[in-house]
Amino acid sequence: MPREEVMKWLRARFFPHIWCPGCGHGVIMHALLRSLTALDKKPEETVIASGIGCSSRMPGYINACTVHTTHGRSLGFATGIKLAKPELTVIDVMGDGDCTAIGGNHFIHACRRNIGITAIVMNNNIYGMTGGQASPTTPPGAKATTAPYGAIDPPFDICNLAAGAGATYVARATIAQPAMCEQYIKKGIQHKGFSVIEIVTHCHTQFGRKNKRSSPVDNLNFFKQASVAKAKADQMSPEELVGKIITGEFVNKDIPEYTEQYDKLIAKVRG
Amino acid sequence: MSKQFDVLINKGWCKGCGLCIAVCPKNVLELDDRVKCEPVRMDDCIGCRQCENICPDLAITVKEREQDA
Repeated sequence: MPREEVMKWLRARFFPHIWCPGCGHGVIMHALLRSLTALDKKPEETVIASGIGCSSRMPGYINACTVHTTHGRSLGFATGIKLAKPELTVIDVMGDGDCTAIGGNHFIHACRRNIGITAIVMNNNIYGMTGGQASPTTPPGAKATTAPYGAIDPPFDICNLAAGAGATYVARATIAQPAMCEQYIKKGIQHKGFSVIEIVTHCHTQFGRKNKRSSPVDNLNFFKQASVAKAKADQMSPEELVGKIITGEFVNKDIPEYTEQYDKLIAKVRG
Repeated sequence: MSKQFDVLINKGWCKGCGLCIAVCPKNVLELDDRVKCEPVRMDDCIGCRQCENICPDLAITVKEREQDA
C-alpha cells in the first residue's frame, strides 16, 4: 500500500500517538486506514465514532468525520448518524469493556437491528486506561488489579455474543495477522448490515506485566502460537480449544438492513 | 536484476517497540543507540511489507527502489 494514501487519512499533527510503545491499537488503526483507502472511501463521507478508553483515542488521529462520545454509548450515537444519513459509511471503534460491559445493551441491540454500521472491537482482555481492572473478556486465571489471585468469571466470547444477538457479519483476527485484519475490516465495511470484527490485541503495560507477557514481542509470539483458524478449530475437541483464539469468519448472511426497512416504512406510511 | 526496496523510518514517530524486528523474515532491521528502528541490511529487503503493516506507530514505509535504466 503506498504510504501517501494512508497519510492523507491521518491528522499528522497529533503524532506520535498517545498509545504505549508496541500497542496493538496502532496496528488496528493502520489496518482500518488501509481498508478505507483500498475501498476508495472519502474522508468527508466516512464517520468514525468511539466511546471511552485507549481504543477510543483512535478517531482523534483519523482525518475523517469523527465523534468521541460517552462511555459505551458510541453505538447509540452511530445509530443516530446512520439513520439521519444512511449514505454515510459509519464505523464504530470500541474496546472490549466499552463494547461488552458499559455498552453491552447498546451492542446487543445494534446487532439485533442489523443497522449498517461496522463495529471494530479491540479486545485486549483488560481495562487498560483506568489501571488494569478485570474486564468481561479477561480469561479465567489471568491476573488483573481487581483480580490479584486470578479472575474466576467465565469470559464473554464477543463473536458468539454478536452472532447470538443477530449480527450479520462476524469475524475475528489477531494483531499478529495485520493483512487478515485489513481483509475482514474491508469485508465488514462492504457488508450491508451490522458487522462485528473482533480484533484480539494486547495490553502489555497492564495485562502483560501481570501475566508473563510484558513485551509487545511476547504478545505477538503468544498470538501466533495460540490462534487457530476456524476450519481447523471445527475439527478440534473443546478440551483442545481451551486457551486458543479461533480466527476466521463466523457469520456472513444477508438479512434486510435497518435503514432500508425504515425508508420503506416511511414511503408506505406516506402512501 | 531483482527488485530492490528502500525501508524508510520516521524516527520522530518510532517508539522502538521491536515488533518490526520480530516479524522481518530477512533480519533487515535493528535498534540503534537511541532505541529507534534502523534498516541496517536494507539490500536484503524483499519488500514483504510485514514491518510496515505491523508498525503500531505508522513509522515505516517500504518503497520499491527506482532502477536506473
